[in-house]
Amino acid sequence: MKFSYFPGCTLKNKAKSLDIYARRSAEKLGVTLEEIENWQCCGGVFTTAKDEVATKLSSVRILKDAQKKQQALVTVCSACHNVVKQTNYAMQNDKEFAGKVNRYMSEDEYNGETQIYHYLELLRDVIGYDKIKESVVNPIGKKVAAYYGCLLLRPNAVMRMDDPENPTIIEDLIKALGGEAVIYGYRNECCGGYVRMESPELAGKKSQTVIESAKKAGAEVIVTACPLCKYNLEKSGCDIPVVYLTELLAEALGVKEDTNE
Amino acid sequence: MSNSKKYLQEEIIRTSGVNPKKCMRCGKCSATCPAYDEMEYHPHQFVYMVESGNIEPLLESDSLYRCLTCFACVDRCPRSVEPAKLVEAVRLAAIRKQGNNRMTANDVPELIDDETPQQLIVSAFRKYTK
Ligand code: SF4
Ligand code: SF4
Repeated sequence: MKFSYFPGCTLKNKAKSLDIYARRSAEKLGVTLEEIENWQCCGGVFTTAKDEVATKLSSVRILKDAQKKQQALVTVCSACHNVVKQTNYAMQNDKEFAGKVNRYMSEDEYNGETQIYHYLELLRDVIGYDKIKESVVNPIGKKVAAYYGCLLLRPNAVMRMDDPENPTIIEDLIKALGGEAVIYGYRNECCGGYVRMESPELAGKKSQTVIESAKKAGAEVIVTACPLCKYNLEKSGCDIPVVYLTELLAEALGVKEDTNE
Repeated sequence: MSNSKKYLQEEIIRTSGVNPKKCMRCGKCSATCPAYDEMEYHPHQFVYMVESGNIEPLLESDSLYRCLTCFACVDRCPRSVEPAKLVEAVRLAAIRKQGNNRMTANDVPELIDDETPQQLIVSAFRKYTK
């Protein structure tokens, strides 16, 4: 099975392990991720203003490239996923916006046809957690707190990944990998996001609340799909490990060490 | 309302796609807002102030840069008003003004460290700079 794949800028730099373990685990599970050629950064946050067009073109290009190859598109980074998916939704539902984009790009018209999977959805809906469970060689055996943050789940009308107030997609994966999933109140609340840049105090407070909430529930490790969540938690005095969920997956599947990348 | 106030109100409503008249003033958006404590104007006040055309105070307020764009107010509003989209539209109206960039490339080096993900830098540029 082949999918188009958009890693995004951070996965080529500070979050290389999120990318490498995603590809390696996918291969092990029979899926090849074909990286889109010459992609550009999605911009990190989606601008909801309808008159913002230029800032959304890089996402449209990625979506169109996948369409040309007649493949569905896979993303891993929570932010990339949120931006690309919201852009695609606007191309489907905001005709004025889509018209402007299509006139500007002046090639084949695009109206949001590409199907987008977050890596978690690829695991759950395409590969299946049962198959993953059968492929586990190193069960996790730890209490793991799934940290969704905001970008994977909201706005729910667009993201449609899971119940935004009571998600299970990461917990079910943790269980399939032989770990114990701990449920805690702040798993779908914000880490402080980009505000870290201007107000580390505000971002720190938000992250500490998440950390405390997870630890109180007994977490030994926190998993995330978002480089900024990981950074914010780590910069806010988190004294338990924060790891990418692809790393946890690669470890459980026994493909973490077999490389010199 | 003066004409310039009216045009600004129309612009904010058009670019956000929000209809502030749908708001029933329950305050749930502000109750769930993780940036509430740091905001001078809270999400439900954005809705009311746009509805009444009182937008200038919002344009000047740091509250624009405290919104985390977490979409909690969007998903938890019982009337689907989507207050974050108003915050975003007012914020853009503020930074699109000549000379009103909140951050420049020169500010970046001292705000980052060896682990800063690229995602943080590009996101901040989207939020603070035009
Ligand atoms: S939650 Fe919705 S209806 Fe309630 S005050 Fe906020 S915008 Fe208005
Ligand atoms: S999107 Fe902004 S205004 Fe709305 S709840 Fe989140 S931080 Fe508050």
